[in-house]
Parts: sequence; C-alpha cells; structure tokens
Amino acid sequence: MIEYRIDRRSGIATYLQIVQQTKQALRLGLLEPGDRLPPAREVVEATAVNPNTVLKAYRELEREGLVEARRGLGTFVRKALGTTVGDSPLRAELVAWVERARREGLERDDVAALFAAALDEHFQDRKEEQR
Amino acid sequence: MTTTAIEASALGKRFARRGNWALRDCSFRLPAGRVCALVGVNGAGKSTLLALAAGLIAPTEGGITVLGGHPADARPDLGYVAQDKPMYPQLTVAETLRMGADLNPGRWDRDTAERIVSGGALDRDARIRSLSGGQRTRVALALALAKRPRLLLLDEPMADLDPLARRELMGLLMATVAEQGTTILMSSHVIAELEDSCDHLLVIGDGRVRLAGDMEELLAAHRLLDGPAQDGTSGAGPELGQDTVVVSHTTTGRQCTALVRDAGAAPPDGWRAAEPSLEEVIVAYLRNPEVPGLALDTVFAAPKEATA
Repeated sequence: MIEYRIDRRSGIATYLQIVQQTKQALRLGLLEPGDRLPPAREVVEATAVNPNTVLKAYRELEREGLVEARRGLGTFVRKALGTTVGDSPLRAELVAWVERARREGLERDDVAALFAAALDEHFQDRKEEQR
Repeated sequence: MTTTAIEASALGKRFARRGNWALRDCSFRLPAGRVCALVGVNGAGKSTLLALAAGLIAPTEGGITVLGGHPADARPDLGYVAQDKPMYPQLTVAETLRMGADLNPGRWDRDTAERIVSGGALDRDARIRSLSGGQRTRVALALALAKRPRLLLLDEPMADLDPLARRELMGLLMATVAEQGTTILMSSHVIAELEDSCDHLLVIGDGRVRLAGDMEELLAAHRLLDGPAQDGTSGAGPELGQDTVVVSHTTTGRQCTALVRDAGAAPPDGWRAAEPSLEEVIVAYLRNPEVPGLALDTVFAAPKEATA
C-alpha cells in the first residue's frame, strides 16, 4: 500500500503530488496491477487534504489509463508504468555507478546534473515523461 | 445537481439600534459538500455570520437560509462549535458525552465521540472546567461530530490545538466529509493551514463579502504581474484593458508588482504574469477595501475537467 506525503512548500499542486507519487510507485514496482489505491477516506485522514483533491488525482490517473475505479470496491491499478525498474539489473548498475561517482569525489548535485544531461541527450520527450 | 447548504442575501446585523454594522449587505452561496474557509481580520464579522447561520441570533436585515430553510429548523442537522466552546463546566467528560447521546437520539455516533476524546488522553472523570483550552476543543468537536450533522459551523476550531491534535482533527474532519458529504464552514486566521483542506473560500472585511467562491476558480481569476514601474503621472502600474481590476500594486525602485483580476489577456509588453498564492490574493483584498469584492457563484459552472 502506498502512503502519500504532501509537501506544502513544493509549489506543486497537491493533486499533482498524489499523481506523481503514484506514478513513482508504479515505476518502482511498489504498486502492481491489481493493487488497490488507498481509499480517499484514508488518504484525507492521514494528510488532512480535501477529499476532492484526492478524487481529482485518482480521476487523472484513470484518465491516463493507469488505474480504474470499480464501483463500491475502490480504485485499482490497471497497468505498471513503463518497464518495472524496481529490482532490475539496470538499477543495480546505476547504484554501482553512483557509488563510483561518489568515491571519485562528485557531489550530489554533480551526479544529478550528469544524470539530467544524459536524460536530455537520449529522451526528447522529457517534459512529457516528467508530467 | 448541486444543492445549497447556506445562502445569504443582503444579510446584515447590528447589535445596537444606532451601533455599527457587524455585518452588512452580505450575499453568497455555499454549495453542499464543500469545505469553506471563512477568513477576515479581527472584528470583520466572522463569528456574527456563524452565529446567524446557526440560528442563535436573528438578522437585522436581509435573510439567510440554511439547508434550504430557516436556520432554526435546520438545527437537528447542524453542528456548531463556538469560539469559546460553551459547555457545562460542572459536568465530567463522560457526562457531557452521555448528554450528547441523550440529546441526539437516533443519530448519535458513539464510536466517533469516543475516538475523538480518547485521541487526547482525556480523563473521563475530569470536569469540563478543569480542562485546558485544547482539551475543551476536543470535547466540543466530539459533541459536534458525533451528532453526524449535515452542516458543521466551526469558529476557529484549531486555534488552541497543538500541532499533532491539529493534524489529527483536521484529518478527521476531512474523513467525515469524504464519508458523509458533510458541508463545513470554518473560520481561521492561518491561511496556510486552510489551503489544502478547504475547496471554497469566503473572505469578509468590514462586514462585507470581499471574496466568495470555489478556491481554484478564485485563484484562476487573478494574476500577479511584474514589470517596470511607470514614470510620471499615472503611477498606477501597468497599462491594462478596461475589464481589468487592479487589486493591489506596489512599486519598489524601478519594479512594479500588481495583483490584477482579468479575463486572462496577454500581459502588456515587458510584463511577466504569474499565478498568485492564496495568501497573496486574500491579503490584497483585505488591505484594499476600496476594490470591489468578487463573488463567484458555482451553481451553473460546468463540471471541472481534470487538467494536468
């Protein structure tokens, strides 16, 4: 089950934070097809966010075909996002690379900048991906 | 269909015949199922408005309907927590809850009452008069919520709660809205706290409505413009179209910042437009009482589309 963390100072609309965190969980394999998203009631009780905000986020995820609402049962994951990268060899390789970068004295921001540059080089639809 | 929880038309109240108006010419509509923040400076008339909605005082002029009828007739469906949380000081917590159950036969939700009270590690046998402000608030909210009201009127409910209790009880209020479709009208001074929990806004200043409507729509109706200050006589910031209302503007050196209300035309040359924060909009309206207020009615508004 996913737990949402709302950052009030991020400048990102609250419903969008829920959408992004759900997608992140789908990418990492923390949520899999068939899993149920937490009921709006539980999310609002934990976060004190307005229920309509949570419903708006779930509607957006549904519009993108990632989840489906089943009447009276809840909202369920329909498909994983991209290839599930949570425990793939790619992740292990990336972790190894990050460890090496750190050993060689790179700062966190240096690593992030390198990674972002590599992404920009190979993914034209970067904006779309980040949404 | 959208039903209306509260509707006020030209509502006014003064407490002495020749006294000042606590509330004047107040017209707004609060749709059912909304969580509405009631904001205004001290003495703006917030508590008067809540007491009018609760049917505890009668309007001097104009009218107010609550859940489709006279406020007094809506009382079984109303939960009202006044600012000073009036309760019987000599009763214990347990006796107060039993009284709540006896006074609301058929609709009392014992589990909810117990849950709220036990969240605060309260001694059941403590008398109300011995409780701290925050503990009293907890008992008062337990009474109001266990009644399972359709409309909750809360006068600064979070003011004397610690940060943990605030979060817990605000979460509980939101869960109640999600489950029961309850409408909430609550006053507060802490805008940051209201921003995520409320979806509707009512700002009053000097007894009149300054802003009323869906929070997102109100924000979308305003823009923050940023550009070069004008030399010479105009001094009033950007050259803008006739439909544009400048709510506030400040000039610092060569730069001018203005909060404007318009239909979203392109900003003038050399100006940048940004989305204002809720706090910026509210403060601008409260600081500039000469700017006409804005009341958006969402009755006929199209269903909101989810946009990314």
